[in-house]
Amino acid sequence: MTASLIEAKGVAKVLGSGAGKVAALKGVTLSLDGGELTLLMGPSGSGKTTLLSILGCMLTPTEGTIRICGRSTAGAEPEDLALLRRQHVGFVFQSFHLFPTLSATDNVRLALDVRGERFRKAKVRAREALAKVGLAHKTKAFPRQLSGGEQQRVAIARAIVGNPSIILADEPTAALDGENGRAIMEILGGIAREQRRAVLIVTHDPRLLPFADRIVHIEDGRIVREERYGVKQS
Amino acid sequence: MPLVFTLAFRNLFYDRLRLVATIIGIVFSIVLVMIQMGLYFGFGRMVTTMIDHASADLWIMPKGTKCFEDPSLLETRERYRALAIDGVADAIPVVIGFADWRMPTGATTPVFVVGSDLRAGGLQPWNLVEGRIEALSAPKAVAVDRSYFDRLGISGLGATAEIRQQLVRVAAVTDGIRSFTTTPFVFMDVDRARAHTGVPNGKATYFLVRLDPGADRAAVRRQLLSRLSDVEVLTSAEFRERSRTFWLFSTGAGAALFAGALLGIIVGTVIVAQTLYSSTKEHLPEFATLRAIGSSSRYIYAVIVCQALLNAVIGFSIAALVGKAVVQLTAATALPIVITQGLMIGLFALTVAMCIASAIAAIVQVTRIDPAMVFSR
Repeated sequence: MTASLIEAKGVAKVLGSGAGKVAALKGVTLSLDGGELTLLMGPSGSGKTTLLSILGCMLTPTEGTIRICGRSTAGAEPEDLALLRRQHVGFVFQSFHLFPTLSATDNVRLALDVRGERFRKAKVRAREALAKVGLAHKTKAFPRQLSGGEQQRVAIARAIVGNPSIILADEPTAALDGENGRAIMEILGGIAREQRRAVLIVTHDPRLLPFADRIVHIEDGRIVREERYGVKQS
Repeated sequence: MPLVFTLAFRNLFYDRLRLVATIIGIVFSIVLVMIQMGLYFGFGRMVTTMIDHASADLWIMPKGTKCFEDPSLLETRERYRALAIDGVADAIPVVIGFADWRMPTGATTPVFVVGSDLRAGGLQPWNLVEGRIEALSAPKAVAVDRSYFDRLGISGLGATAEIRQQLVRVAAVTDGIRSFTTTPFVFMDVDRARAHTGVPNGKATYFLVRLDPGADRAAVRRQLLSRLSDVEVLTSAEFRERSRTFWLFSTGAGAALFAGALLGIIVGTVIVAQTLYSSTKEHLPEFATLRAIGSSSRYIYAVIVCQALLNAVIGFSIAALVGKAVVQLTAATALPIVITQGLMIGLFALTVAMCIASAIAAIVQVTRIDPAMVFSR
């Protein structure tokens, strides 16, 4: 049996202190496998983003354990967590977070640069990643010259260019119209199934349901339900 | 081009107004330091100009002499004692002193008389542009610098005036022998210098010692000190250092110059730190994104330090051009600003250090960055 790419066991997270203390997560157990696109759904304040941050090694849990590709994050220093992200996790954000002063190629190349991959080879890989998301013709464009959908594709190219096993996406279609949203979901679905990566998407949007292999519902810091699907819309 | 550099460059040029403000701050700071240090070097060079141009292996001077302009006197008999020491080839008397120069119009102005035995060539005027050294041996002959013609009320070679009610005639003209006190130098034979400054015949201000070829300077110095009374014996380098130290530090002039330079460094550091800090703050979401996608802290520091270095290079380049212009503009003034190659290298190192020190505040801010902030925007 193959180990899951992400394993969270009994994860709890308390945010704030004193009277403002909030239990954002209460004993979450979840694992993500390669080849699956998972939707994490729940109302506002249910703990989706906190869970995403912990699974993405940006936050450490107050209780419980996280294993990323077999490596535990227990006791990890911020630099160790950054290394784990660099090696195993790609991120796609709701508001893209592209660098406005860099071209599409350089935005993608940045993910390689932080991994120490530089020079011509990095440029070629960045262009290949852009081609995979259908932006081979926009490699020199700056974010302001791209539509919202195109900017999100650049962000996806940046997330996949380093070949991470895990892609975590926070509301990747929220800022997009329906057509662009579908296109983005098809790309993410393809990344999950064809490249055998674990893709976790946090969303409110019910229009994304048809693209999921699995849906995890979270409420009040707890996973309340999971659904799996066999047939996907292409 | 490395992406760290590209990112730093684009971050800097993204907000051009802020970049201009930063660069102006650096240029102002470095030019201020450059001018203060240039004045320091220029002043240091001016106060030792006579020592630099004297032909002496050793200087005999009255005990406690602080600088070249010190009017204390030696007994001439000490000269003969010096000449009796093995290894001493010559001991040339030099007489200096302030006097009043009376112009043909009747107006007077102070001058600084420098008298030396012109046949022995101890301390002769240099950079002659009119007349000859030999002409100064003629009665009443003096040499003055052409930059002081107006001050001295003369028009050039052959002009006459009076010093201590005695006629003098300009027999030679120099170029560029200026005094930091702005009092014109008047060169003449040592005997006439005594007469014009009121120094008694049996006295002199210095004896410039020339050694025999192969003579041991240290041994001769020891002999001079043991046989002559109430004198000091210094090498030219030692006398130069003593004069410079007196004028720069005992008078407070050097402290004022250094204080100005320090002010420049502080102003520059604060300006660069402030602008780098606000630039980093503005780009915080981008740094958070970098952190989120797995960059190490070191990578982010490299971007900030690269920005600081770019500021340093641009700012220093402009400051160097301004400095060059200032050097040219002050070249013919009483106190020229001297910028040496060493000073330029030092200033570049200072600019880099200042900009990197300024980056610390920005780096501290970035170390506190929470990568999870990318989810809240």
